Amino acid sequence: MASHGIKDQVAIIGMGCTQFKEHWDRSTDDLLIDAVTDTLASAGVEKDQVDAWWLGTAQSGMSGVTLAAPLKLQNKPVTRVENYCATGSEALRQACYAVASGAYDIAAAVGVEKVKDSGYQGLNAFPIPTDGTQRTLTAAGMFSLVAPAYADKYGIDPNELRRTLARIASKNHSNGAKNERAQFRREMSVDSICAMPAVAGMLSVFDCAGVADGAAAAIVVRAADAYKYTDKPIFVKALAMVAGNGSGLADPEFDYTHFDECEAAGKDAYAQAGITNPRTELAMAEVHDCFTPTELVLMEDLGFSARGEAWKDVEAGAFDLHGDLPINTDGGLKSFGHPVGASGLRMLFECWLQLRHEAPEERQIDTADRGLALTHNLGGYPGDMVSFVGIWGNRLG
Amino acid sequence: MRGIISAAGYLPHWRLQRDAITQVLGSSAGKGQRSVASYDEDSLTMAVDAGRRALGAAASANPAALWFCTTSPTYAEKTNATIAHAALRLGPEVIAADAGSGLRGPAAALRSALHSTDPAVLVLTGDVRTGPAGSVDEKDGGDAGAAVLVGAASADSGVAVIAEYLGGASATREFLDRWRSPGEARTRSWEDRFGEQRYGDLAAQAWEAGLKDAGLQLDQLDKVALVGPRPRASAALAKKLGAAGVEVIDSLASSVGFTGAAHPLLMLTSLIEQSQPGQVIALLAMADGADVFFFRVTDQVSGDSGTAAGVTVADQLDDADNTLLYSKYLAWRGVLPVQPPNRPEPARMSAAAAERRLDWKYGFVGSKDHESGALHLPPARVSFEGGNIDDMEPAPMADVAATVATFTVDSLAYSPSPPVVFAVCDFVGGGRLPVELTDVRPADVTIGMTVEMTFRRLNTADEIANYFWKARPVRGQGTAPVRGQHTEREQLEKTEQD
Repeated sequence: MASHGIKDQVAIIGMGCTQFKEHWDRSTDDLLIDAVTDTLASAGVEKDQVDAWWLGTAQSGMSGVTLAAPLKLQNKPVTRVENYCATGSEALRQACYAVASGAYDIAAAVGVEKVKDSGYQGLNAFPIPTDGTQRTLTAAGMFSLVAPAYADKYGIDPNELRRTLARIASKNHSNGAKNERAQFRREMSVDSICAMPAVAGMLSVFDCAGVADGAAAAIVVRAADAYKYTDKPIFVKALAMVAGNGSGLADPEFDYTHFDECEAAGKDAYAQAGITNPRTELAMAEVHDCFTPTELVLMEDLGFSARGEAWKDVEAGAFDLHGDLPINTDGGLKSFGHPVGASGLRMLFECWLQLRHEAPEERQIDTADRGLALTHNLGGYPGDMVSFVGIWGNRLG
Repeated sequence: MRGIISAAGYLPHWRLQRDAITQVLGSSAGKGQRSVASYDEDSLTMAVDAGRRALGAAASANPAALWFCTTSPTYAEKTNATIAHAALRLGPEVIAADAGSGLRGPAAALRSALHSTDPAVLVLTGDVRTGPAGSVDEKDGGDAGAAVLVGAASADSGVAVIAEYLGGASATREFLDRWRSPGEARTRSWEDRFGEQRYGDLAAQAWEAGLKDAGLQLDQLDKVALVGPRPRASAALAKKLGAAGVEVIDSLASSVGFTGAAHPLLMLTSLIEQSQPGQVIALLAMADGADVFFFRVTDQVSGDSGTAAGVTVADQLDDADNTLLYSKYLAWRGVLPVQPPNRPEPARMSAAAAERRLDWKYGFVGSKDHESGALHLPPARVSFEGGNIDDMEPAPMADVAATVATFTVDSLAYSPSPPVVFAVCDFVGGGRLPVELTDVRPADVTIGMTVEMTFRRLNTADEIANYFWKARPVRGQGTAPVRGQHTEREQLEKTEQD
């Protein structure tokens, strides 16, 4: 009984990512066709060469037909997967295992979400019939519970924490301003973010991820075959996933200052990849900054900061673009919005660019000494979530 | 001896000052204030709150029937009383039915309960009194719930009565005074003086017959409550009573308003709460006829908490928020349509899913793992501590207080009255539920504050009223949680099993 991982058995040889924005003129089909076309071109393979497909979408379609129909695939297996906000990463995880198992030579993972056709701001879950006793709070409301709990536990003045959270948003806005695929490309100062009215707890809309449509995709092959397609493959080092049991909602021991699922997924991923000190071994990380307190707490859950210290590291600039460990170099969910099925693959796309030294100069980080990147998703609410952690590297070993 | 085993009133937390109406509409709405049901309250939820108190004060009595009366029912066709039956966790053998939708329902249900051979009968009433802006029901009405548990004293079962029924009488004659079509907001009325005189005649008739039935003389009476939609109708009787030295108690007109179908039992409760052992009291209810009931208060009544139901009507008069805006009141009652948040409206609940979790949804019963003691809200089959499967016992939590561990105010979430105030609540003795708060202003919420559970209407979708529980701040000294009778009974059963 163990999580063995598939370190260095599988590699990514091509990726594509649409612009993330309010694609009023693009349907789910259009976004899928655009992302897949770019990805196939990036890998240098034809559509028919892909043996099996995994489609991640939370709410934009059901079944593999959602992908097979617009792409006119010919007798290929396509599986639609959903795992809350980790949906895109989950599609990739399945594609990687399929190749590692030897079942297929080439597999594709595609993620898409068409959020902006609902007519409402924010993400909207489709209703599953229930007994009517479920919470009605927004995700912003649920994650806003983290800020006062964190401030209280570590004795931080709430106004000071307010500025720390704004600094996280400001950093991600700054990175996103350097990214042509991002939804929001405007720098935001800490002062201007702090001046915004609160909508949930102490959070303003600038503490929340944007809402956008988008798609992204990746082609995976066996590591041994990778150099046939590209001289700069990205190797899969770790794929970890935890579905929480929701006990945080019922257990008075849970104090809203950490996400156990993320910590567990991170530990599993580090074991798979052979990482002992993520803060110094990773070149960068793309984490699920759905709300600013989420990114703060994740720095501790993922082992980048000691417990109770993340706010100081944030203030010290440790996670800035050219800091100690750059976080969300592409601008994160903050700048990209969160098309649920696509986000995990969008994060990987940034690692793909950075680890191959193909990011635009203004946001390219140094990956010569450190060739490892981490992507992280979570979905659900504090105490009741799923979490994915993937680790990727630009060299074997 | 048959009579009242326990009685309880429920006044909602909010009060509207009548001069707030005057300021907006110009014409005088009178003096004083009225009680206002919150946006998440209705006739049923207020009746349930009163019913919980009445049952909590009579742990050893088991009602065989539940009669529910209101003029503002949640449903036609569907019986409303069964929802209260579920919220009060009464057994399947207990009949629960609505006692009509007219103002006379409570008197009829009370009479029927007093004349019944059932060991105990629970009569629940609740009403939300409203109408177009400036209407009589808006100005002079009030919202409330009231409950009385009627039955026979029994030394064997340890059931006592706080007021012994001595007798009574009714007088009926059809005349058109006030009327409203089902579904309408506006109540119409004939010329005031017509109704006043008809009621005056009927009241006198019932009164004399009632005295005779009870074998009482006027000078034996101590306190009387006169209840009806036409305050002046009983002026002659009140004068006569006054001359005989009988106290006519305050009708709550200036502090609460006339609470419709809730008013007779609210006043009966108040009457008992104000009385001393041995005193003879009377309730005269005028509604499309007149019904009078005479009681002798027993020595089971004592101290401040006359009914032993914990919270008295008087307690609740003082413990209220008096600053409700008229605009908020109008919005809550749907008289002033306001822009809802631009979020999807809640989906309707599933009848089948709700029925499967009846005890959770309506009774707020979680589960407790035998081995670890871990409390699960909602109930679970597998314990989050230890992982045991199907080794749980029911954990009734409706009467258990909780502490706010952390909270937030959400302006984005859908609510009939934004913002949503939401707290992670840790129950005394174990158990946690993140749940909505109600009857509170966002600025008044603090970590560590004590809250108690209250049965509320969360929303309505597809004309289905979706009921569940919220938490509200514990206010006043009289509001210490009281264990419901089922808890006691379950503990007994458990002891027997052990």
